[in-house]
Amino acid sequence: MHEMSLCEGILQIIEDEAQKQQFTEVKQVILDVGVLSGVEITALEFAFEVIMQGTVAEKATLKINEIEAQAWCMPCSKTVNIKQRYDACPDCESYQLQVSGGDEMRIKELEVN
Amino acid sequence: MCTTCGCGTGEVKIEGHDHHHGHDHSHDHSHGDHEHSHGEQGHSHDHHHHEHSEQSQDIHYGTGPAHAHAPGLSQSRMVEIEQNILGKNDEYAKENRRFFTENGIFTLNLVSSPGSGKTTLLTRTINDLKDDLSLSVIEGDQQTTHDAERIRETGVSAVQINTGKGCHLDAHMVGHAMESLKPDKGSVLFVENVGNLVCPAAFDLGEAHKVAILSVTEGEDKPLKYPDMFFAADIMLLNKIDLLPYLEFDVEKCIEYARRVNPDIQVLQVSATTGEGMDTWYQWVQASRQMRLIGRADILSSDKSQKLVSV
Repeated sequence: MHEMSLCEGILQIIEDEAQKQQFTEVKQVILDVGVLSGVEITALEFAFEVIMQGTVAEKATLKINEIEAQAWCMPCSKTVNIKQRYDACPDCESYQLQVSGGDEMRIKELEVN
Repeated sequence: MCTTCGCGTGEVKIEGHDHHHGHDHSHDHSHGDHEHSHGEQGHSHDHHHHEHSEQSQDIHYGTGPAHAHAPGLSQSRMVEIEQNILGKNDEYAKENRRFFTENGIFTLNLVSSPGSGKTTLLTRTINDLKDDLSLSVIEGDQQTTHDAERIRETGVSAVQINTGKGCHLDAHMVGHAMESLKPDKGSVLFVENVGNLVCPAAFDLGEAHKVAILSVTEGEDKPLKYPDMFFAADIMLLNKIDLLPYLEFDVEKCIEYARRVNPDIQVLQVSATTGEGMDTWYQWVQASRQMRLIGRADILSSDKSQKLVSV
């Protein structure tokens, strides 16, 4: 349950950017969140509303792009989609997978005034 | 705005109007899954679902709101951020790591669920290693200074961080703790994280290794239930193995599960109560530390334990 701290991190970045890029209102926050990032989307949405109160992003809506997880399967020598870290390769059922994506947790864009 | 070179900030672009778009120099934009093509006629966003007619009133600033704006008039602009949400923490972690490296401090981040025997394991470790190594401890708990007191009883200095409502330590807290702890050059710093197998996985503290402690009273499928932590850890200590005769705990299966999540994870079986297997853990600490100190004559010359580890 670190979604609260994540939202504090998001706010920190927004406030830094507000100074740098001279905006006073954030209308939308767009995040990339990988399915392996350990982020609970509903908890994040809840925390977002709470944390953003009284800030430049008070009225901002949150848009979350969920990023699929991928791994490199060594026996198959190709990239496969997975759902969890311990998943086997969907083709050859080997566990020799190297997770290559899906743990992203970043602010992609802000829509601002 | 182009985040590569900063060009085009606040540049007004009215779609459908025939004017030269000033963004015709070339460099690579990486915009994830959509593509911009910057031609003589300005932008063509191939993912736009609405048509821009000659009379279109859409106003784009810089690269424009593109896929995010509401149809029709929109005065807002999109600011590309592309920043990791934990970027601040990672910066602090980097600072901590630089400090640790410069001073030859070998830092271990101990993570586990509450009640796995972390503090017991740590106090035993300290008592067994304190003659050979200079040690210090950062204790993370939501409340109380009980654990730091337990550590101080061993004669080793400890700082307690109470996270209050927080569920994990972050790199900033650890950086602050260092100011009062002042660990010796060449020492070993143990950071006992808040008992939690979820959140501490995501927060880099600048440590050399995360050490996951799992006790056999917890169930062998914990690595699958909390894969992030076992993925982030380099070593797993399977604790309380003295209790195995009284439990139905499949050690092999537990190790197999841990390796499914993290094929590289090293597993040591220990009992902090009886001391069984603890020597393997000490060997790991000593050897891993020495690996990092190879070539560091400045640290090793004053090292308490001059002898190389015999494994």
